[in-house]
Amino acid sequence: MSCGSKSGASCGSGGACGCATGRGDVIDDARRAFLRGATATAVTTLAAGVTLYSFGAEPAAARGPDEKVTSKVRWGLLIDASKCGDGCSACVTACQTENGWRDTGHPETDAQWIRKLTVNNPKNGATFSLPMMCQHCADPPCVDVCPTGASFKRADGIVLVDKHTCIGCRYCMMACPYKARSFIHEPLEDQKPHAPRGKGTVESCTMCVHRVDEGRIPACVEACNDTAGGAMLFGDLNDPLSEIAKRVAAFRTTRIRADLGCNPGVYYRNI
Amino acid sequence: MRSVATLTTLLTAAILVLPSATAPAGDAPWLPKPARGQGEKCVADTDWMRRNHMTMLMHQRDDTVYDGIRTKRFSLKGCIECHAVKAADGKPVTVASPTHFCRTCHDYAAVRVDCFECHASRPEATATTTGKATPVRPSTTDAAVLAQYLRSLER
Repeated sequence: MSCGSKSGASCGSGGACGCATGRGDVIDDARRAFLRGATATAVTTLAAGVTLYSFGAEPAAARGPDEKVTSKVRWGLLIDASKCGDGCSACVTACQTENGWRDTGHPETDAQWIRKLTVNNPKNGATFSLPMMCQHCADPPCVDVCPTGASFKRADGIVLVDKHTCIGCRYCMMACPYKARSFIHEPLEDQKPHAPRGKGTVESCTMCVHRVDEGRIPACVEACNDTAGGAMLFGDLNDPLSEIAKRVAAFRTTRIRADLGCNPGVYYRNI
Repeated sequence: MRSVATLTTLLTAAILVLPSATAPAGDAPWLPKPARGQGEKCVADTDWMRRNHMTMLMHQRDDTVYDGIRTKRFSLKGCIECHAVKAADGKPVTVASPTHFCRTCHDYAAVRVDCFECHASRPEATATTTGKATPVRPSTTDAAVLAQYLRSLER
């Protein structure tokens, strides 16, 4: 991209376009951001004569593999408990397959990235079912307590463990109000290449960060939409035009233990 | 004792100046001969990679974990896919095998690799990576993702 004039004389607004004299090749960040925002219509040609238009802000999936994640995006989930089947565990199975964790017959110590809960009100007998996993808090207690900085929140709101610096102290497991984290007790082999896991480190739901970075949706959401009730929705909570933000704005939603002030990124409906 | 130290220095020097991964067997039979990767050449010169691969992997690891940068050039996953060594049964070997690409040199140099305590030491089985999966309708308004989904239905 060039500023269109070698001398910069065509910048009618007194140089505000960012094409400073003598810096013809330097692109002003603000100008670039403005131009990027202006291209609100994405056009994709499917086949000859078929064109798909997408309106609204630039999709987050357009981030290239060499671009950093930004805090403009905040990934979140909206889970409709009324569509979540009692006894259905499609999301759990999908997560196991995708990330390579499994039950080894030791329920007290087995890894558990996502689990199904059945909630029961003993007074009136009402029950409902919901999936529980890392809530990807904006103010995560697991990050606060980590002594090595291994537990961290990515700019786009995904809470992860950097296993290169995790010393396995399990302080984060105690701090998490959602019991979302697991510790790996046994040596592992043949892990998934996109989901490294190893003995002596803590792990939890990564919101399928490897898929999100490719512009795909998490495995649990995909499985729920495909084979189960379609109870889960993934999207950018910061983008007012995204489906999830619209629904969070339109319907009454609940965040579990919102009183703790962790600001979870996982919203529930009908609980 | 001094002669052992000298010998070690000489051996280390010898491996560092080894000109190519496929050195003729005649000139230094005791040196490791790592298997050739796929493709024409590595992501950088062989000599340079021998000295700097660990630095690049370390750098890339932080970029990927913290910033979501997933460029292919210095990704460990990329190294493993390209440098997979097949066993007699045709499947790529894990780091448990002495013929594993990383182990060939690391055993010789007596430098332990920690990567594979967590990372996969061989590519994912081809059946799961190239197997035809049922396309799943993405729940997004992103045109590119939807287009990909529609194209997958045509096939």
